[in-house]
This record gives sequence, C-alpha cells and structure tokens, in this order.
Amino acid sequence: MSLRRPAKNQPETFEFSSSSMEEANKIVSNYPEGKQQSAVMTLLYIAQKQNNNWIPLAAMKYIAKFLDMPYIKVYEVATFYTMYNLSPVGKYFVQVCTTTPCMIRGANKLVEACREKISDKENELSNDKSCSWMEVECLGACVNAPMMQINDNYYEDLDKEKTLEIFDKILKGEDPKPGSYRGRLNTEPENNRKTLMDIKNA
Amino acid sequence: MLKDQDRIFKNLYNDMGADVKSAQTRGDWVNTSDIISKGRDWIINEIKDSQLRGRGGAGFPTGLKWSFAPKEVGSRPHYLVINADESEPGTCKDRDILRFEPHKLIEGCLIASYAIQAHACYIYIRGEYFIEGQKLQSAINEAYEKNLIGKNAAGTGWDLDIYIHYGAGAYICGEETALLESIEGKKGQPRLKPPFPALIGLYGCPTIINNVETIAVVPTILRRGGKWFSSLGREKNTGTKIFCISGNVNNPCNVEEEMNIPLKELIDVHAGGVIGGWENLQAVIPGGSSMPLIPKEKCETLTMDFDSLMAEKSGLGTAGIVVINKDQDIIKCMARIARFYKHESCGQCTPCREGSGWMWRMLERMAKGEATKDEVDMLGDVTNQIAGHTICAFGEGSSWPVQGLLRHFKKEIEERNNLDPIVQKKNNIPYLVDQHLLDKKNA
Repeated sequence: MSLRRPAKNQPETFEFSSSSMEEANKIVSNYPEGKQQSAVMTLLYIAQKQNNNWIPLAAMKYIAKFLDMPYIKVYEVATFYTMYNLSPVGKYFVQVCTTTPCMIRGANKLVEACREKISDKENELSNDKSCSWMEVECLGACVNAPMMQINDNYYEDLDKEKTLEIFDKILKGEDPKPGSYRGRLNTEPENNRKTLMDIKNA
Repeated sequence: MLKDQDRIFKNLYNDMGADVKSAQTRGDWVNTSDIISKGRDWIINEIKDSQLRGRGGAGFPTGLKWSFAPKEVGSRPHYLVINADESEPGTCKDRDILRFEPHKLIEGCLIASYAIQAHACYIYIRGEYFIEGQKLQSAINEAYEKNLIGKNAAGTGWDLDIYIHYGAGAYICGEETALLESIEGKKGQPRLKPPFPALIGLYGCPTIINNVETIAVVPTILRRGGKWFSSLGREKNTGTKIFCISGNVNNPCNVEEEMNIPLKELIDVHAGGVIGGWENLQAVIPGGSSMPLIPKEKCETLTMDFDSLMAEKSGLGTAGIVVINKDQDIIKCMARIARFYKHESCGQCTPCREGSGWMWRMLERMAKGEATKDEVDMLGDVTNQIAGHTICAFGEGSSWPVQGLLRHFKKEIEERNNLDPIVQKKNNIPYLVDQHLLDKKNA
C-alpha cells in the first residue's frame, strides 16, 4: 500500500473555471442518471489540471458538492490513486519507471540523471522551481525500457546521456520530442524486424 | 514463424496509420452488419469454436464468458466493460492496440455488445496512457461521425455508445471487480465473488469484462471463421497472441505470434537473442511479473501457451516475457518485483497488505546477504500465508514470483545468507527478534 498525505499549505477556496465546468458537465453526462459519482476520478483530473498539477483539499470539497457525494468519499479516492498529486509538483513532472524490466536495462542511470539535474531528493522542486521527479512503478512500456514520463508524454529507449539532454531542454522551458530516443519505430525489433515487411516496405 | 497473412494486428508498429480509412483497407468495418445479422447465437458459437481464451491473464474461455450474460434483458441494462488497465510489469501489448489498431477494438466492442445485449460500453484505460486514450478517443469520434457506432451502429440496427474512463495509477484496478468499483467512483478495492459480474456487475447490472486484446481479435475471428483461429496453435491454446519481449535481449519488441511457439524461437528470432548469448541466460519470467520465473534449463524446450506453462508451475499470464541474464542479480530483481506489489496492494485484506511488505523487506535483506538461515524457509511460509487467503488474485500474483524464486534459486539465496544468529552474534542487525537474548550473559 502506498501512504499518501495532503500538503500542509492549502489554499482556502477552489472553483472550476468556466472551461473546466464545461468539461466536467460533459463527463457527468457519460454516466447513467443518478450515477454521477462515477465522474469523480475525471473531475479530480480536471481540478488537478486547473490547479498547476496538484489537488488541494478545497477542490475535493468542491467536487463533493458538485457531485452530491460525501467529502470523505472524494478524499478516499484522491488518496487511494497515486496519480493525484496531493502537494505541489513542478511544471515539468518527471516520473521514472524503476520496476524490474526497466531496472535490468539501467533505470538507475536515469535516477542518477534526475539527482544530478533536477534535485537530490524525490518530490523536491528543482532550483528554478520548474521541475520535480519521482520514481514510479511500471508505466507499461517495458519493451522500450528504460523510459520515463514527463507530464503526459513517454520518453523511451533512454540512457543517462539522452536523459540529461532531455532535462537540459525542459530546464530551458522547451518541450522535447516524445517517443523512442534510439530512433526505432514504436515497438518493432530494432534492425531485426522479420514480420510484416511487405507493409513496411510498401 | 506465423505467416503475415495470418497476423491479426497488421498495424502493430504503425506502418500504415491508425485512422478509419487505413483501418478499412486492413479489413476493419468491412461487413460488420453481415456478421451481426447472423445473430447472437452464431457469434457466441463461433467464438466458442475458435477456443479463444481471454488475453488478460487468467485465460478464461471468452465464448463461455459471454454466454453467462442473461439471455433476456430484464429491468437492468447490460454493460460491456473493456479492461485497458494494463499495468503488469513486462506487458505493453494493449498500448499498441489502443494507439495503432483502435478500430479493431471499437468494432470488437460493437460485436461483443450486440452478443451480450449491451447498449453502453466503458473502456477503462490506465491514467498513464493519456496519449493513447486521446488517440482512442479520436478513433471513437471518427466512428461516431461515420455512423459506425451510435444509433443504428454500422447499419446493424443496434445502438451502442462507447465511453472512456481513465484510471489513476492503481495496478489493482486491472482486477475486474476493482475496475468496476473504480468506474463507480470508489476506491479500487476488489469485491467478493460470487456474485459474479456477469449477473451483478457495474451499478449492480449484468456486466461482461474483457481485455483489450480479446475484444480486438473478435472481428477477425468472425470474418475468417472460428475454424481458422483454432487451426493455429494447439488444442485449447489456439490462435495468435502478442508477445512482449523485454529485459536483457538485444532487440526488445512486441510481436504477434502463434500460440505454442517455442520460447527460444521468440527470443532468438524476434528479439535478437539474449545479451551475451544463450549461455548467459539466467531465467525468464514468462507472463508478466506475477508469474513464477523459469530457469534456463527449462527455457530450452519451453513452448509458450497456457497449458504448457501451467505444467511448469508457471503461467502464460499476459505473455509479457522478461528475460534476465547472468549479469543481473536475480534476488534483487525479485526484491524489486516484491516492492512493486507492496506498493500496489490495495490494503483491503490483511495477509496481502502486511505480507507484501514483509516479503519485500525480507528479499531486500536477502539480496544484501543480511538474512539468517532460517529466514529462507520463513519467506516461503509467508508466501503460503498470503496465497489463497485474499479476496482477489493479487495475493497469488504477489506471492507466486517469490515462490518461483525459492523453487529455482533457493541455493543462491542460502549461499548468500548463511548467517546463524545463535552462533554468530551480530549486533548491527537490529531486526533479529531474539537478539536481546544474546545480550544476556546467561542466554
């Protein structure tokens, strides 16, 4: 079980912006009448996106009212799922996969790169407050290991050098190109493809 | 090697594009209304004939599962739920289907929904696959525009709406009842079974839950016939399967191959061999991290299907093959997997919540050589206390890899951890419960 606690400094109030409100109403309509509680997970995402990538307690209270459900139920959901950030993270939020398939292909080098470039400790903002990093469990791109996720994008087939290059870019405020960093096509066997060659060469 | 014309996922590497037009050139959506006009019973029988088994890990026969849905729709609507919460370490096949073959999945949803009489389908995607979810959403939007789903979907007279529901980083939501809880907007903690979801599932209504790959192969099976599918592989382990080969191989990749393919062929032909050569192989995890590992000696002749791996006391699971060579510390690898399970336990059942952390801490110590002799047997005991004593299969999933390690690498662990606390006094090991006895002069 992962233990997660909300941040100490909390804003007093939270309210959906008009675009968030529109999005939220659309999500609620995806579910049958009376089952609006189903929308809580997506609404938490919307709140997180609106609030610099973290969810304050005020947002949970707001969502509880919005969906007409007890606050504790929203709190339960927000603390159970690990993708809801309960305290501030960087604008660039780096998540390095270190589960076994990535570990045996050198994920520790990526962690080293994080320590050198971003911050010495996990979940700590970089000097310019723009980045933070953490180790996470399997991100489901095992054949492209080692890999990491920055915000929504996957960066695959990395090594320490390429990771440092990516960090240089994000620290300058640029968005590096996602995908494989060895130039291979998605999940095909690099330089060793034996299947569907007619389609590839078509 | 499987012939290219028998491959179902022709766009596995995205050579052609994932939009509806190029999907149609690959045969998707071509005569969907003809298939559906043959009726429910024909569809379910054809799937039964194909002997398709669920691709999500448990390998339950899909046709049989569909036949559990009530024949008549009563006061409660039926639901189809697609499990795209792919989080098993070593597995990344559903991601490619969501990205590059979304129309196979959407068409499969329509056919399966018709077969089980559902008008709404929820696709549960893990939150990390946000980009993949967006790609699927744009494919769904395309399908709505072309009238392939929605009212009178694809001219079949059947109405179907498809919605995406994002998870938020919980491995346990891949368990079907936890997934339902999660869609209902609760913590993802599994439900007791029975009642099974086929009768009481999402919102208390009859619900069929299938893996992405299972549903995505359905249209092709119905087009080419159940006989064609069952001619591949062997009895009860038929058809094709996407294998994900990761770890210490020269060319890690996803590849669609026939069931019952030799493991050595997968590694040597498709993945370019083990790093350092076959002799450098130490062990293979054959089906995602929750399946017990298999040592090198058995890998020589092993074939990859549900039953042959079961005979080796392992399992095909999701077919995520993790190759571990001799440069790796096998105990450390397993300790990392134990840490994964410790992190992902939902906390509902005590044996799993406490035991998963216990296993992790013991394995970490064993990797460092700090454990005592008798702890090796204790670890085995802990795994037995977890497996079979929990609500869901997570208990087995977390203890099987440790049991596999103990079964095949016990000697390595014992060599590294030969400390005898009664003979050797080690004050710097604070967790030895009986250490205080040694401090007493007369102990």
